Amino acid sequence: MAAAAEPVTAPLQARGLSKSFGQRVAVQDVSFTLARGEVLAIIGPNGAGKTTLLSMLAGALAPTAGELALSDPGAIGWVPQQAAVYSKLSVAENLRLFARLEGVADPDAAVAKMLAQTGLRERAADQLGSLSGGNRQRVNIAVGLIADPAVLLLDEPTASLDPRQRERLWEFINARVSDGTSVVFATHDTAEAQRYAAQLLVLADGQALFTGAPAELGAAQHEFDLERAFVAFLAERGH
Amino acid sequence: MALRALLGKDLRILRRSPVLVVLLIVYPVVIAVLIGLALSSSPARPRVAFLNEIVPSQATITLGREQIRTESYERFLFQAIQPVPVHTLAQALADVRDGKTVAALIIPPELPEQLASASGSAYVDVIYNGDAINQSLVEEAIESKLAQANTLLAAQLAGVADGYINLLLTGGDLHFLGSSYNVLGLARAQTILAAALAKLPASSPLRPELQQVDAFAKIAVSNLGGSKQVIGAVAAPIAAHEEVISGRRTPLNDYAVAVAVSVSLMFICILLASGMLALEREENTLGRLRRGLVSKGQLLAEKALLAAVLAVAVSFAMLCGIGLFVPLGWGRIGLWLLAMCGGGLAFAALGVAMGAVVREVRAASLLVLLVSLPLVFLALVPGGSVSSGLDDVIRVVSAVFPFKAALEALDAAINQSQPSLTVALAHLAALIAGFGVLARLALRP
Repeated sequence: MAAAAEPVTAPLQARGLSKSFGQRVAVQDVSFTLARGEVLAIIGPNGAGKTTLLSMLAGALAPTAGELALSDPGAIGWVPQQAAVYSKLSVAENLRLFARLEGVADPDAAVAKMLAQTGLRERAADQLGSLSGGNRQRVNIAVGLIADPAVLLLDEPTASLDPRQRERLWEFINARVSDGTSVVFATHDTAEAQRYAAQLLVLADGQALFTGAPAELGAAQHEFDLERAFVAFLAERGH
Repeated sequence: MALRALLGKDLRILRRSPVLVVLLIVYPVVIAVLIGLALSSSPARPRVAFLNEIVPSQATITLGREQIRTESYERFLFQAIQPVPVHTLAQALADVRDGKTVAALIIPPELPEQLASASGSAYVDVIYNGDAINQSLVEEAIESKLAQANTLLAAQLAGVADGYINLLLTGGDLHFLGSSYNVLGLARAQTILAAALAKLPASSPLRPELQQVDAFAKIAVSNLGGSKQVIGAVAAPIAAHEEVISGRRTPLNDYAVAVAVSVSLMFICILLASGMLALEREENTLGRLRRGLVSKGQLLAEKALLAAVLAVAVSFAMLCGIGLFVPLGWGRIGLWLLAMCGGGLAFAALGVAMGAVVREVRAASLLVLLVSLPLVFLALVPGGSVSSGLDDVIRVVSAVFPFKAALEALDAAINQSQPSLTVALAHLAALIAGFGVLARLALRP
């Protein structure tokens, strides 16, 4: 479970966020508040709008309606589902490039810090193309964290990792959460959501059907197992 | 700051793509050397077995006072072919059959006699090996040179005829079979006749007959003179007087240099610009960059600038390489660079517009080839060589895409051709703006 600190400010607040692509509504009227050091999991079936919602939170997509309130504008780190890094650049070069683009005051210090935190110091000179999927994902996350953001957005961060790599990744993320970083992550893995998230947002057909603690969803469905509770919850609502 | 960081990143990526780097360096060198060699050396002549069956003692034909040497006409044919001398007809046929030569040219022994008799055309025999392309190549080469030889021969024969007509008109010595004869000539005959008529009594019964002969002699004298012009005209019925009425005509070789540089500039520029932009999508970094780290304009400008600078550098190196083989006006080097920069930026703008609509580098490369190649061919179609409707379509397409304008700019810079460099650069500037807007609209995360 994430070490949720007592919220003092709300680094991220979404109010009535909606996104349409032509006639198709991808996300409709989603609202939530994320406290400092809090972990929010977004779960939902395929095509529910999880990636679209995260893209709006990251600023990569402009919402059709609604607004996003940030305590520190620009202090969002984004980790897309597919590693968004340059295969021909080394680990250190990728980190340094994004540090410079993010306007980090001391790019070299930030790179050294991220290399130490991700345990990739020995692979710093290796090109991304030569790394395993797990290590590429660590670099992908390190790029998201390079500017030391208040909020970290992760889109299915462990989808391509084996159990050992997943464990190491969550150790790394939890260390950041302990330092006060807020995290929003989308996942299909309800066990992961139950284990690490303090808050759950259930999304289906672009609509937020549930917002609350994972235990609350289980209690509502009289199920200890979150996956069963989630499936029953969706079935109840015709999904 | 962001632009510099992105430029540095892209240069590093390019440096780590060895195949691309080798291509960028080797390509201009190879193309420059090939074009240089092609333009500085004469075209290859087909190898043709050559058999001259004329007995040496009969190689010179005497027609009247003119001596016609058949060897002098061989030289014309040898300008178009590479002769491989053979001594027998069987050897000539064997060479053609075995592929040692693409054809055989046989000068028959009766050629001088046929020419001397002037009773009809004289013939040479040409034997091909049945290969359509080779046959066409040799046919064209031999026919064009035979036409030149015929023209000269006709002029020489016209001279012979002119001599005979003069002899008939004014009289003189005629040398025939070792003997010499004095010919009176029609003019002198008419004078003698007129004098004799004057001395005849008016009532002489001979007068009417002699008056008829005198009238004929007068007509013959005045009309035979005119026939000399007719014979001269038959020797060369139509001759072209050439005049260039607008601009400065670019020699084909110099135009080929402009075309070669334009094509290289286009491919390098469009491939790099579209490929580098498509790479951002392929690596999933476009979304990351576009969330406030880099603006659309910055991203497109960086890719276009990088592609244009590299393509101009490569094309400039290529032009300098060609300049080692072909004389170029080095004093206009500044204008070359100006034209290349205009063309490079226009191609780069088109490249980023293409890169913005595709998701992969390979798709971008394919799109570039599919779009660019037909545009090159269309731009090279000479105006007026197709139907007027199609000509209008080609004009519009060529005006909308940058190849024609870039070629005109380079041709103007290298060869001082029309339209002027200023007009071509203004056209390119409009295209840069247009494709820049299209790229911005097409670029989505």
